[in-house]
Amino acid sequence: MAGIELLSDQGFRADGRRPHELRKIRCRMGVFQQADGSAFIEQGNTKVLATVYGPHEITGGRSKALHDKVFINCQYSMATFSTGERKRRPKGDRRSQEMSVNLKKTFEAAILTHLYPRSQIDIYVQVLQSDGGNYCACVNAATLAVIDAGIPMRDYICACTSSMLEDTPVVDISYLEETAGGPEMVLALLPKSQQIVLFQQNSRLHADNLEKVIDMCIRGCKDVHAVLDQVVKEHVSEETNLMKAS
Amino acid sequence: MASVLLSEAERTFIIHGVQDGLRTDGRSCDEYRVMELQCDVVSNTSGSARLKLSHTDILVGIKAEMGTPKPDRPNEGYLEFFVDCSANAAPEFEGRGGDELATEIANTIQRIYDNKNAVDLKSLCIMPKETCWVVYVDVVILQCGGNLFDAISIAMKAALHNTRIPNVTISVDDEGQREIELSDDPHDCSRIDTSNIPCMVTVSKVGNRHIVDATMEEEACCLACMMVAVTAKGTICGMRKEGSGSLDPESVFEMMESAKKVGVEVNKSLSLLLNKVEKEPNRGYTCFLD
Repeated sequence: MAGIELLSDQGFRADGRRPHELRKIRCRMGVFQQADGSAFIEQGNTKVLATVYGPHEITGGRSKALHDKVFINCQYSMATFSTGERKRRPKGDRRSQEMSVNLKKTFEAAILTHLYPRSQIDIYVQVLQSDGGNYCACVNAATLAVIDAGIPMRDYICACTSSMLEDTPVVDISYLEETAGGPEMVLALLPKSQQIVLFQQNSRLHADNLEKVIDMCIRGCKDVHAVLDQVVKEHVSEETNLMKAS
Repeated sequence: MASVLLSEAERTFIIHGVQDGLRTDGRSCDEYRVMELQCDVVSNTSGSARLKLSHTDILVGIKAEMGTPKPDRPNEGYLEFFVDCSANAAPEFEGRGGDELATEIANTIQRIYDNKNAVDLKSLCIMPKETCWVVYVDVVILQCGGNLFDAISIAMKAALHNTRIPNVTISVDDEGQREIELSDDPHDCSRIDTSNIPCMVTVSKVGNRHIVDATMEEEACCLACMMVAVTAKGTICGMRKEGSGSLDPESVFEMMESAKKVGVEVNKSLSLLLNKVEKEPNRGYTCFLD
């Protein structure tokens, strides 16, 4: 995009952030009463809603039942007005299906699946506004929703993107920076053990720069973890105060 | 709709309560539940609104794009409706599960807006026969708590009121080609006149009496309901009977009169609320966060 400087000489990005700064994250758990667990997250201009139903009986065929693990069912859907250009199909297109499969694999790594054999957990994410980092916002929202539903997990799953703009690794890229054509790395991490659950890299990146970009991404994930942890602690203390009062 | 399991005892309790004019949450037969409305919640749309009617949560986003007018109406723009039953509302809506309900809702809304008075379509025309504004109205059902149609129609009216369509100037350059220029100023836009847009009122027949704004449990007890689209002046734009039970003509008239009365009230409260929201603009921050 001609005319827009992605990284200024003073080291500021197009939206005024420094390379290591995340976008502002605001989130809330327990948004819906009918679902078992729900959460809403806003990362900059990206808004995602996640709901969790379960664990419950397997719906739609006994053949899906796994004798020793829970079956995790994910669906990723985008509202038609979420992107700049109106999207015709909210779900069912290839991109959504790929995202759903990625989410499923990510959560299978963290949820203690051996506790609920022959059952199903549904995780539904809905993107209400998309401004880059969709997958990450979905993973972060779904983590909060799974915690809200009381389903035990090994650790939080925090996801973050990073890229390389003019030889500087930057974290949490917006839509503008995504479409600029630079390399994009998506990472989902279990913060305490620093285990990588999902790792994707698009476009060209020189092998010498790989380590810098990965480190930047891991730093970003840990910052996200700090925010999510704070939100969960506040939510739990609010709920326990309400319970003590009644 | 998403189903709720009701025992015989609960069903009898609800029906007997309605006979005596009392509902399980203490409302009278023609009272609505508390509604919360927020406008301008999604920033990259031309207009948006979110309505919470107790457990029913609807989000409407409107995008205005330029397109070619329909061949039989060259001087008018048009509205396109799309409803998405999100899986968040109920696991049954996953994949294609919600498509039937979504198509039903979209078609009903299309029919009630399909008259000359609802929205002034001529104002959406840019160049006759060549370009016009196509207003895409997209509804996302986030939570299903009964009374979907009413909530969707009210949220749609609010979102259309909130829509800002940029002003265009048509310039003719040297070769006689006409060019369309969108104004750059975000405040230089026109609004849609929503004073004649109808709101739907669903009147459900439970036992011998009828109730307005049924919850999911009450919907499970009712055999037949009438959906009436009422404008602010009390004119009826469309009616439809739903449900497997039958209604005799007197009931139909009674329900229609009830719906008209309630519809006028709803339209009035909505206009008051929208005027209040105009004066204190919501910057979209408190969307789901409060």
